[in-house]
Amino acid sequence: MMNATMPIPLGETKAGAGTGTGTRIDIRDLDFFYGRAQALKSVSMAIPAGAITAIIGPSGCGKSTLLRSINRIHELYPEQRAVGEIRFDGANVLDRHYSLDVLRRRIGMLFQKPTPFATSIRNNVGFALRYHERLSKAEEAERIEDALRQAALWDEVKDKLDASALALSGGQQQRLCIARTIAIRPEVILFDEPTSALDPVSTARIEELMHEMRGRFTIVVVTHNMQQAARVSQHTAFFHLGELIEFGETGQIFTNPRLGRTGDYITGRYG
Amino acid sequence: MRSRVLLGRRLANAVAIALAGAATLSGLFFLGWILWTTMSRGMAAIGPALFTRMTPPPGQEGGLLNAFYGSAAMVMLALAIGVPLGIATATYLAEQGRHSRLAAVVRFVNDILLSAPSILIGLFVHELVVRPMGRFSGFAGALALAIILLPVVIRTSDEALRLVPDSMREAAFALGLPRRLVTLRVLWRSALNGMVTGVLLGLARIAGETAPLLFTALNNQFWSTGLGGPLANVPVVIFQYAMSPYASWHALAWAGALVLTLFVLALNLLVRLLVRKGAGK
Repeated sequence: MMNATMPIPLGETKAGAGTGTGTRIDIRDLDFFYGRAQALKSVSMAIPAGAITAIIGPSGCGKSTLLRSINRIHELYPEQRAVGEIRFDGANVLDRHYSLDVLRRRIGMLFQKPTPFATSIRNNVGFALRYHERLSKAEEAERIEDALRQAALWDEVKDKLDASALALSGGQQQRLCIARTIAIRPEVILFDEPTSALDPVSTARIEELMHEMRGRFTIVVVTHNMQQAARVSQHTAFFHLGELIEFGETGQIFTNPRLGRTGDYITGRYG
Repeated sequence: MRSRVLLGRRLANAVAIALAGAATLSGLFFLGWILWTTMSRGMAAIGPALFTRMTPPPGQEGGLLNAFYGSAAMVMLALAIGVPLGIATATYLAEQGRHSRLAAVVRFVNDILLSAPSILIGLFVHELVVRPMGRFSGFAGALALAIILLPVVIRTSDEALRLVPDSMREAAFALGLPRRLVTLRVLWRSALNGMVTGVLLGLARIAGETAPLLFTALNNQFWSTGLGGPLANVPVVIFQYAMSPYASWHALAWAGALVLTLFVLALNLLVRLLVRKGAGK
């Protein structure tokens, strides 16, 4: 873990990254292009292990882009390109030879809108699980229950596991997506504005859940909601126009930002 | 001044509504007339014999059993050829080839095929199959129907697959699933309703096609189960019987037309039901 009181100075993240045990994902000089338009400019950032890191910044600043290059989901679109290094356990995941299968199993992702598959609740959770691991029926049922419990959804759905996932409420669907991701036991989970489509009560439940997941998973969350970043994260990165402006302890970023631009954004002067 | 502008608008509005209403009414009037005529004339000949007896010689009693069988056999075979091919093509267009130039070309050609006159397809299959084989056959008929069905299935399945939100694709890939599973288990499943709708619409389209069968399956007065020779079928029987001078044949033609109309109507109702169910989820 990072020292709890020391902010992480920008200049040192690059040099010290990957060497300490505290870094889980080490991003170095990452550039990102949508066709010819550059969305990320030489971003370097060490994502601390076992903690929640929030990424904030105005629309179009590249925060989702950063998230989407970590599990290479951007590669579904041929015109999108990430150049640089994203080191995970010493290997560069952007390397063409790095197995997407392994990468996405170890680094899960949640999206803005809940994306339940058009099948039963049980199958939603079991689908990827069955592909990645050979399990007996009993083991599979156990893993599904465990994942649903961890996602705080078990009590609501235990009697209707074979009902369609599409019949759940938005908040329940999002927790189902969390269960689905947890089921394959990733080490990192990327949250891309996970509550922007949810009501305040469902939002609170997801935030609680993220809080409980801390420590077991390394979490990176992109959010438009300042309060959310302040509530759930231990580290916050502020992006603007494709550049990482400031990265440090959440408390420090929100109470005592080193740069004026960060403070202006947080207090709502622009963005 | 202002009231004059308003008056003008009101007048234009009234004229537009009157014209649109008249157009709707005339459309509905002819549709109602056609349905009513088919119903009243067709009902007279509908009975158990229609479905249990062969097409009769002039002046004798009979039914349309062989025509129903022939139509069903050819339509089934057309579905067996057209549906897998169509869905495979649509999957390529919407998934693997979604960013490629080839997909754009295939889509364009498919749209042309979609509006190709069906008699042209009949002639094409006639030259391709009937002439080399030296005889009309159920196979040739089924092939012609499959060629008409194919673009309908491709178009609707392609659109159903493209309607699946990108976030669904991303979510499936983000779980580390391989493309084949994402396509088969996630995307097809999400697009299932739309794809079934497309197949049913295609089925409704080919069930009543006459022109392509005239040059391929022709017709057969007798019971024949094999698809290797000329095969009776409802549309061509209706065509021939309606052109004949015999009253008993006319009655059978009306009955055949009624059954066909009700079948297509039922298919369309089913499609509407599916679409509504799909929209409700």
